[in-house]
Amino acid sequence: MIPAPFDYVRPASVEDACRVLADAEAAGDEVKVLAGGQSLLPLLRLRLAYPSALVDLGRLPELRGVADRGDHVYIGALTTHDEVMRSGVVREHVPLVALATATVADPAVRHRGTFGGSMAHADPAGDLPAVALALDCVFVVRSSDGEREIPAAEFFVDYLEPALGPGEVLLGVRVPKLGSGWGFHYEKFHRTAQAWATVGVAVAVRRGDGGAIEEARIGLTNMGPTPVRARVAEAALRGVAPSPAGSNGSDPLREACAQADAGTSPPADLHARPDYRRHLARVLTRRAVGAALG
Amino acid sequence: MTEELDAGLVAGRIAESDQMSEPSAEREMGRARRRKEDARLVTGRTMWTDNIQLPGMLYVAFLRSPMAHARITGVNVSAARSRPGVVAAYSGRDLAGEQGSLPCAWPVTEDIVIPDHPPMAVDEVRYPGEAVACVVATDRYRAADALEAIAVDYEPLDPVLDMTEALAEGAPKVHEAGNRAFTWKFAGGDIDAAFRDAPVVIDRTYVQQRLIPTAMEPRAVVATTDGDGFTLYSATQIPHVLRVMLAMTTGIPEHKLRVVAPDVGGGFGSKLQVTAEEVLALLLARRLGRPVKWTESRSEGNLTVHHGRDQLQRIAVAADRDGRIRGVRVELLADMGAYLMLVTPGVPLLGAFMYNGIYKMDAYDFTCTGVFTTKMPTDAYRGAGRPEATFAIERAVDELAHELGIDPVEVRRRNWITREEFPYTTIAGLTYDSGDYEAATEKALAMFGYDELRAEQADRRERRDPVQLGIGVSTYTEMCGLAPSRVLGSLSYGAGGWEHAAVRLLPTGKVEVVTGTSPHGQGHETAWSQIAADALGVPFEDVSVLHGDTSVAHRGMDTYGSRSLVVGGVAVLAACEKVKERARELAAHLMEASADDVEFDGGRFRVRGTDEGRTIQELALAAFAAHDLPGGFEPRLDAEATFDPDNFSFPHGTHLCAVEVDTETGRCAIRSYVAVDDVGSVVNPLIVEGQVHGGIAQGVGQALFEEAVHDADGNLVTTTMADYLIPSAADLPEFTTGRTETPATSNPLGVKGVGEAGTIASTPAVVNAITDALRPYGVRDVRMPCTPERIWRALAEAEAAVPGQAPATGPAPAAVPGFAPVPTHGSTPGAAPPPAPASEPIRGFVAPATSESAPEGGAR
Repeated sequence: MIPAPFDYVRPASVEDACRVLADAEAAGDEVKVLAGGQSLLPLLRLRLAYPSALVDLGRLPELRGVADRGDHVYIGALTTHDEVMRSGVVREHVPLVALATATVADPAVRHRGTFGGSMAHADPAGDLPAVALALDCVFVVRSSDGEREIPAAEFFVDYLEPALGPGEVLLGVRVPKLGSGWGFHYEKFHRTAQAWATVGVAVAVRRGDGGAIEEARIGLTNMGPTPVRARVAEAALRGVAPSPAGSNGSDPLREACAQADAGTSPPADLHARPDYRRHLARVLTRRAVGAALG
Repeated sequence: MTEELDAGLVAGRIAESDQMSEPSAEREMGRARRRKEDARLVTGRTMWTDNIQLPGMLYVAFLRSPMAHARITGVNVSAARSRPGVVAAYSGRDLAGEQGSLPCAWPVTEDIVIPDHPPMAVDEVRYPGEAVACVVATDRYRAADALEAIAVDYEPLDPVLDMTEALAEGAPKVHEAGNRAFTWKFAGGDIDAAFRDAPVVIDRTYVQQRLIPTAMEPRAVVATTDGDGFTLYSATQIPHVLRVMLAMTTGIPEHKLRVVAPDVGGGFGSKLQVTAEEVLALLLARRLGRPVKWTESRSEGNLTVHHGRDQLQRIAVAADRDGRIRGVRVELLADMGAYLMLVTPGVPLLGAFMYNGIYKMDAYDFTCTGVFTTKMPTDAYRGAGRPEATFAIERAVDELAHELGIDPVEVRRRNWITREEFPYTTIAGLTYDSGDYEAATEKALAMFGYDELRAEQADRRERRDPVQLGIGVSTYTEMCGLAPSRVLGSLSYGAGGWEHAAVRLLPTGKVEVVTGTSPHGQGHETAWSQIAADALGVPFEDVSVLHGDTSVAHRGMDTYGSRSLVVGGVAVLAACEKVKERARELAAHLMEASADDVEFDGGRFRVRGTDEGRTIQELALAAFAAHDLPGGFEPRLDAEATFDPDNFSFPHGTHLCAVEVDTETGRCAIRSYVAVDDVGSVVNPLIVEGQVHGGIAQGVGQALFEEAVHDADGNLVTTTMADYLIPSAADLPEFTTGRTETPATSNPLGVKGVGEAGTIASTPAVVNAITDALRPYGVRDVRMPCTPERIWRALAEAEAAVPGQAPATGPAPAAVPGFAPVPTHGSTPGAAPPPAPASEPIRGFVAPATSESAPEGGAR
């Protein structure tokens, strides 16, 4: 459990960090950005990752904090999970983020692990990427060439692979406020309290005046190499009036959510094989939608 | 007492019977003392082995086999030797001349195969993680880095992973002598008669999955030499046994070897071992003349701490229609792993006398075959053989109850030994000295609210609630307090089971208790202080307990098998009694009275009928001064005692578990858990409570969470705690505990031992509850650990077998008798065809049950 040797760099500013990253990558070195270290350090200690250097962003205060910016909440990349879940702004305006963050690992991890670090790690078993996808968050990144924005739908490229280019650092995430009328829920299924999600379902749902669902957004955790939107179920839920099962025994909510696994390619691991994950996605989506509807 | 509990040391409800045993103000026995050792243990400000720093110390790292089974065709360590900070690097061949073979102290049969077990592999690796080379460097980081410079050439061999396949003709061999280590048989009564024409036969196969003991403190070793003698510090449970075994295997004379178990952070049997790393650390210190240290990483530990359980159990119970058990037949395959370690082959035998449980029967037949595989060796893990036995019989008795439509508690009642029948000699030949199964069960049922929960269960079944309620019963006993030396001898064990204590009265009247037990979290310092305080009439605070260092505690048999209090605590009491007799003699002399006229009360020796007396502290000083002693009286009050029990002790109890099973997701949540244990007299109820809580947690771990998994190539997949799941407090319910107290008659304290009880009792309680919840769906068993996925698949398969089956109303429908993957046995005539094969078929026994009645081995 001892990492292979690596260099350690602690830049004094974001500009510095971008320059260090760009130089290293130009030289062909594999460098890794260190945020809270709660995912990266175990990889190093198990010698599953061999970066030549770590670039520690931990002392850059400008990357830390939550701000209410009118139509969205901005969460700095280095904001810890604990800070996120306790933030009044987050809880009031983007409660789904708070709900999901509260399920991440355990208190010790939440005090060190960071919001941006979880996103940039792009682990489909992480709880937050699915939330970002469901909420159509926008990722603000920077390199020596300047800033750019990446929509959540384009950010998670592949397993542990975010859409960060050479020399790019994630500055923060814009989480859109959805306004009134929305309900939220994050349904996490895991074997022990500290375990990763076997499957997780992030739901935002809005009813129209008549009570029928007008819009549903569903992000799935650990149902493929990246977090995925359950687009088929989202479409099927539109117009569904959630009510007790019909007199003919039909349950349109259940039927719509039975398509939650459409288009996914869930992994097989010690905790679940793909068919079980698909089943869980269907059951949990119905529960999450039900809970979000209140 | 309540205040101390409320202060938060122990979550959960206070044991109800604490009030029952409310001690008098003066008595320490029965007091819920907070543990005096905890402050240093929980803050870590103590001597854990890894905290030890010695001048010039070097650090060892081991290169471990990435293959389960391979021939080693070359190891090149020369590049590693030139890495920075590296002092030495060796292959197994480099050490072959002096490393010897790791010992097995329990040759259970005459013809047992005990393969040579080099601490570092030389020609062949036989389990993943086996050490093949090592680096010694100036710090542990350089040692770890240099491992990457070692080149090893392997020629892969076929892994041997499945016990049934391993025994088949032509199977790849783990060792030249074949894959069968031994077959051990034991029988009592006429088993054929018991099964002949039996109206009911329950025949089941259960898988005791392989577990990885997970002590909080990883293993660590420091070895040092002054050029003449050696000192080995190790995170071990058994400093005394280790010293003897190392002297026998390394050639270091026993009087030149000191072994120290500093504070040790948990063991659960995993540190009841003579490990490769301990032997190699000594050899390296001898070669290099410098102290060396090794501390394992958690992943290294998952690979190479000996594993636990891993048995395939076939149990058949023959019974009458009224539920009376006629006989029990047991066949085990026990996975030894690649080698026989200290007590590897003996572990299943510790269960051999327990498959009859608390029940009376006419006949019993037990056969166990030890099988070699290319996996880490198995050995003792909390309960060692007895959890497996209790699981099998308690699961089978539940099946019997279901088969007959009788309440599972009632079936047990019809078969158990009644309170009037003690002492009772069982069909397995053990004499249970005392017990009251009726009292423990009645108390547990009342605390649990059994009838109310049954009513709720019926309601949920009727409503077809997707969340079903299941109720599990486990009435257990165990043989512990290991052990009468005579019995160990008859079982071919290599040593005895006595324990030693010395009590020193210091000149100022303070007391040092020296114990041969070796605590690693159990609280001996507190409990032994309580025993000594009562026996000598000194304050609790005036007692110190010394342990774990063979140069301080020179005689001992160490700590395992719930033996410490039952054997070692009794030895402390016996030594105190001897001290008291010496003090009485001195007091009589000083007061010019006859010793017969001197009475002892509250720490004071008084001439009967007078006010004249001497405190024990005054006598300690008088003995030290030695100015005025009786003729021939040596100037000390100190005494030693060695206690060898006549019998095992037999804690028992009734555990009840209610689970809620979400039939949509397969998740099982424990809704409530009641444990009523009878561990005899109680020295410290707070410690007992802690042992019960931890024990239940570990048993629940086996039932729901834990499993060492190997892939098809034999690699261990569960090498981290993200893969090998153990429950934390957040995953467990509040435990409601209670006690009954039926004192043991086999020792003067009346104590029975509590270290393993919770683990033994809880696993079948949980799995019985899950099965109970799922029976209406046609599910008859779920293999452990009962993960959500396994429960979901069991439901899906039952549904596929009998489409449309749903929760029944009223009494549960009869399940299909027999066990599908074992097609040759045991269906009740006229039974429905078995359901479709389970997704993870259990490879069953290939031969029909044998019924030899002549024992080829056995206790008595």
